[in-house]
Amino acid sequence: MVAIALPPIVIVLVVLIAWQIIATATGTKPTVLPSPLRIIQQGWIARDTIWLNTVPTLQETAIGFAVSLAVGWILAIIIDFSPLLRRALLPLLVASQTIPVIALAPLLIIWFGFGLLPKVLVIALVTFFPVAVGLIDGFNSTDREATNLLRSMGANRWKQFTYVRLPSALPAFFTALRIGITYAVTGAIFAEYVGAINGLGIYMSMMKNSFRTDLVLAAVFVTAAVSICLFLLTFVVERLIIPWHSKERRSRRG
Amino acid sequence: MVEPKIELRNLAKTFQLAQGQSRHVVDNVSFSAQPGEFVAVIGPSGCGKSTMFNIMAGLETPTSGEVLVDGKVVTGESEHFAYMPQKDLLFPWRTILENTALGLEVRGMKKKEARAKAADLFATFGLAGFENAHPFELSGGMRQRAALLRTVVQSRDVLLLDEPFGALDSLTRLEMQSWLQGVWSENSWTAVLITHDIREAIYLADRVIVLSARPTTVRLDIKIDLPRPREVGMITTPQFADYEKELIDTLHEESRKAMAQQMPTAV
Ligand SMILES: Nc1ncnc2c1ncn2[C@@H]1O[C@H](COP(=O)(O)OP(=O)(O)OP(=O)(O)O)[C@@H](O)[C@H]1O
Ligand SMILES: [Mg+2]
Repeated sequence: MVAIALPPIVIVLVVLIAWQIIATATGTKPTVLPSPLRIIQQGWIARDTIWLNTVPTLQETAIGFAVSLAVGWILAIIIDFSPLLRRALLPLLVASQTIPVIALAPLLIIWFGFGLLPKVLVIALVTFFPVAVGLIDGFNSTDREATNLLRSMGANRWKQFTYVRLPSALPAFFTALRIGITYAVTGAIFAEYVGAINGLGIYMSMMKNSFRTDLVLAAVFVTAAVSICLFLLTFVVERLIIPWHSKERRSRRG
Repeated sequence: MVEPKIELRNLAKTFQLAQGQSRHVVDNVSFSAQPGEFVAVIGPSGCGKSTMFNIMAGLETPTSGEVLVDGKVVTGESEHFAYMPQKDLLFPWRTILENTALGLEVRGMKKKEARAKAADLFATFGLAGFENAHPFELSGGMRQRAALLRTVVQSRDVLLLDEPFGALDSLTRLEMQSWLQGVWSENSWTAVLITHDIREAIYLADRVIVLSARPTTVRLDIKIDLPRPREVGMITTPQFADYEKELIDTLHEESRKAMAQQMPTAV
């Protein structure tokens, strides 16, 4: 674990030190380029406000991503069972990803106000696609011969699904989950940036307008930390739900 | 004469390919097996052996012909045959015990009952103590025995074994053959075994069937009159060598034809 975490931490530290040196040596104004130490210091002073704005962002992320997971699973299962609906739905799924969220988000605010709903919609829109596609691919990656074995045992389509297709798809699902969860945080911040009562996104927007570049960056650091924590959390959940996967993979590597 | 346990009557299969093309794979295959008989099937690579099994197991529909069990037509039904595919296909998310009970659970037997039934066979299959292990913890030979246990425990009329030892190294394979031969003499299973190994066919089977190159048909059907239980030492007897020669000659002829089909310029 230490061996995995150390190299990126070293790189981040090197970048921060270089940044600190450049910011102080050139004497750039903090409104343009605050030094890392200043960001930490000012961020610490504003910690209560930042925390109050982090909570709603986390809530939106959780609810939006839950909706996205539900939609992704339902679509993937429907598509797995019905070739007809696969042909009907797959092109629409792809089409949904061509919607420019940047144009849609302000409209959602106009239609649904500053509350939770437009945020949930933005998060779901940007994250359901990797989840659904990951699952659809996962179901399809099932060994044909494994399906045949189940059929030879007399399994109907539903049993084939629960006994092989579903477990075969879970590793691909967790990969998709990791992509999705990082998009979810970004999606929440973006939706708030366009218009919200509170949250890290609107906080950044307001701090930018009052030239508090240091606090904008402090919020960026918090966002990054939240994303990394959620990302790591997916590994924990993966270990709990499919413990066999990592063991199997490790044993195959030798 | 006793009624055969299974009978294939004029089985044929043509696959429809894209653009209106078709591939004639199985052409008029007929043979039968008596109750408790062990039939080995050998044939050139790609001649349609697995296709024949898939038809018997109800996974593919034949273009014509029928499959009979105990004199009744059962074409397309899956419940008479227990099928062991070329790969062991043990699921990594299930323990060995759960894997071996899979067929019974799928049939609707209660989990506990199914697992108890499978657990009873673990000692015979040399798997005692590995009930809760996961497939990746097992050696190739053990995995294959677990796959065979999963097949046998279903108590179907006929076992279909598609190259069960094909992926094993030769020493392990030899061990597995002598072990299977031993379990065999204590049970009255009817089985059809696909193999590429002529010695394995003679050593294990009561009858050996040689299939021709594609479109495949029965080229040779010989009875192996070696006493049971069979010793590994029998491989060196003249009688064994005679069977071997007859089979090799026929098989080589067919393999050459198969090669000519696949690589017309090379021959
Ligand atoms: N679903 C299918 N559609 C079209 N062609 C098929 C299909 N299944 C099998 N074939 C063809 O039928 C032929 C026989 O295949 P099969 O797997 O039965 O051979 P086999 O004798 O088991 O070969 P091997 O010894 O390599 O296992 C092959 O040429 C294969 O390409
Ligand atoms: Mg085959």
